[in-house]
Amino acid sequence: MPTAASQGGAGRVRRSLVTLTFIGPALIGILIFLVYPLVAAVYFSFTRFDMFNPPVWVGLDFWEYVLFDDPTVRIAAKNTLVFVLLMVPARTVGALLTAMLLNAMKRSRSIYRTLYYLPALAPPVTATIAFVLLLKPGTGPVNTLLAQFGLEGPGWFNDPDWAKASLTLLALWGVGDLMIIFVAALLDVPQALYEAASLDGAGRWHRFRYVTLPTISPVLLFATITGVIGTFNYFTQAAVAGSVASGQVTSGSGIAGTFGYPENSTLTYPMRLYSIGFGNNLFGAANVMAVILFVVSMTATIILLRRFKTFSGGDS
Amino acid sequence: MTQSIPSGRGHHMLGFVARHAIGIAMAIMFLAPIVFLLLTSFMTSDQTLTANMWPQSWHPENYVEAFRKTPLLRFIGNTFLYAILATGFMLLASVPAAYALAKLRWRGRNATMVLIICMMMLPPQVTTVPLYMMWANTGLTGTLWPLILPMLAGDAFSIFLLRQFLVTIPDEYLDAARIDGCGEWRTLLRVILPMARPGIAAAAMFQFFYAWNDYYGPFLYTSENQDAWTISLGLASFRSLHHVEWHLVSAATLLTMVPVIVLFFFAQKAFVQGVTLTGVKG
Repeated sequence: MPTAASQGGAGRVRRSLVTLTFIGPALIGILIFLVYPLVAAVYFSFTRFDMFNPPVWVGLDFWEYVLFDDPTVRIAAKNTLVFVLLMVPARTVGALLTAMLLNAMKRSRSIYRTLYYLPALAPPVTATIAFVLLLKPGTGPVNTLLAQFGLEGPGWFNDPDWAKASLTLLALWGVGDLMIIFVAALLDVPQALYEAASLDGAGRWHRFRYVTLPTISPVLLFATITGVIGTFNYFTQAAVAGSVASGQVTSGSGIAGTFGYPENSTLTYPMRLYSIGFGNNLFGAANVMAVILFVVSMTATIILLRRFKTFSGGDS
Repeated sequence: MTQSIPSGRGHHMLGFVARHAIGIAMAIMFLAPIVFLLLTSFMTSDQTLTANMWPQSWHPENYVEAFRKTPLLRFIGNTFLYAILATGFMLLASVPAAYALAKLRWRGRNATMVLIICMMMLPPQVTTVPLYMMWANTGLTGTLWPLILPMLAGDAFSIFLLRQFLVTIPDEYLDAARIDGCGEWRTLLRVILPMARPGIAAAAMFQFFYAWNDYYGPFLYTSENQDAWTISLGLASFRSLHHVEWHLVSAATLLTMVPVIVLFFFAQKAFVQGVTLTGVKG
């Protein structure tokens, strides 16, 4: 409600200053921690530098290097893409099914909800260590259990063909946060729609397909896009799993030595970005990778902004 | 409640049993990794190398041992310092910013909102190298300050979450306060803050959890200085500090979950509400 529209100039200046005291620190933050590093990253991507000496302009050298010459960058980009294709559908479907099961419960709903949510609270490093222990090839409980049924368990985190699947299981285990969002979305579906569909003779599947899905599709889209962006910066679990499963003695930044274990199968794009800079001292190349990551993740964000009014900053 | 499909009691009972059978089976799967960690934490070092899952003898002293053999206490202290300061600073800057975005009218508001969302969605690795250089110039690399100080400018995700919460407060309350002659700051402190308590609690908890769980940030800035390590960084290196001692790793790993779970049970309602708020309705 514009109440002060007709106030004089002095009043308007005063109001602007008051507003500035509210939003000022955040604006400074946007400048220092968003605008400056983005501009700097673009500039550095055309230079050779080592953090200590002034950057030297080399034009497109590092762009060519990253795009065509570094084989590890390609492996890392492919791995990240595979992780997106594995984790985002697994987590979205997993969260939706769990939420539907929860909503079918009555009095016991809240206790189940808390139990299912608990793993999402585990710090990523904690969860990763637990899973490496759980899936130890020789004596881990999962393979021991499989052996009881006469099955030979896979090498999990120690087998390049299974390491990605193991990390996907870990991601699925922490699905609780997404589940809570879906529980709320499902409760928002108007009961009258289900009743109308039932009167028309729709069965369970048809009610799900033609009532539930269309109503919750915005939330599904939201979950998918944020899931994709989240997987673009997937770093911690892959780094820790590689280090712990490798059994090698690493500490601090030395953990970069086991990045991708086994056989680069868990090396993600942001991990290569880190190691090409801080490991190989090619900070120009690291910034090329940063600029590419920026463009890709902002494309996803723009889709989100366009689709959701809530995100546009207008009055809902 | 209208029952759409005519079904007898037996049918009803069957559905009930099926639901709970699936429910309990899933609960077991969700809890098994934590239970196994708990069992391992009480084993002897030798038993952790066998396939035997139940401790042959119980060794609660493993928890003491974990503290004695590694700088665990220091890691925990550092993590609390990081989490508490980051949360406090974040609230100081984010609540007023969210209020300006939700309830004040000013030019550039929508553009600012878009920038905040971009910042929230930006993978941290995009800005890693320029920001690392900036902090290296101030001499603060090797400490946790590069992760704490930026919170004085607020946190994009928290501003977004708080703004979502504040827009749900009806304007009538603000108008009433303004008519009573309250300035904007007084309105925020006296009227909005008490009403926004659940939203602020959720934002504070998310920030605390984020800092407590953060691995990438401490890894980037402090990996060369073990004195500044957080618990996440320490745990990931636990094996090298203390080779293959799985029983100690398990004990220390479980300890990291304690503050998070305690906090969660105290403020479960605010937390669930916060998670839901981020889930956005179309």
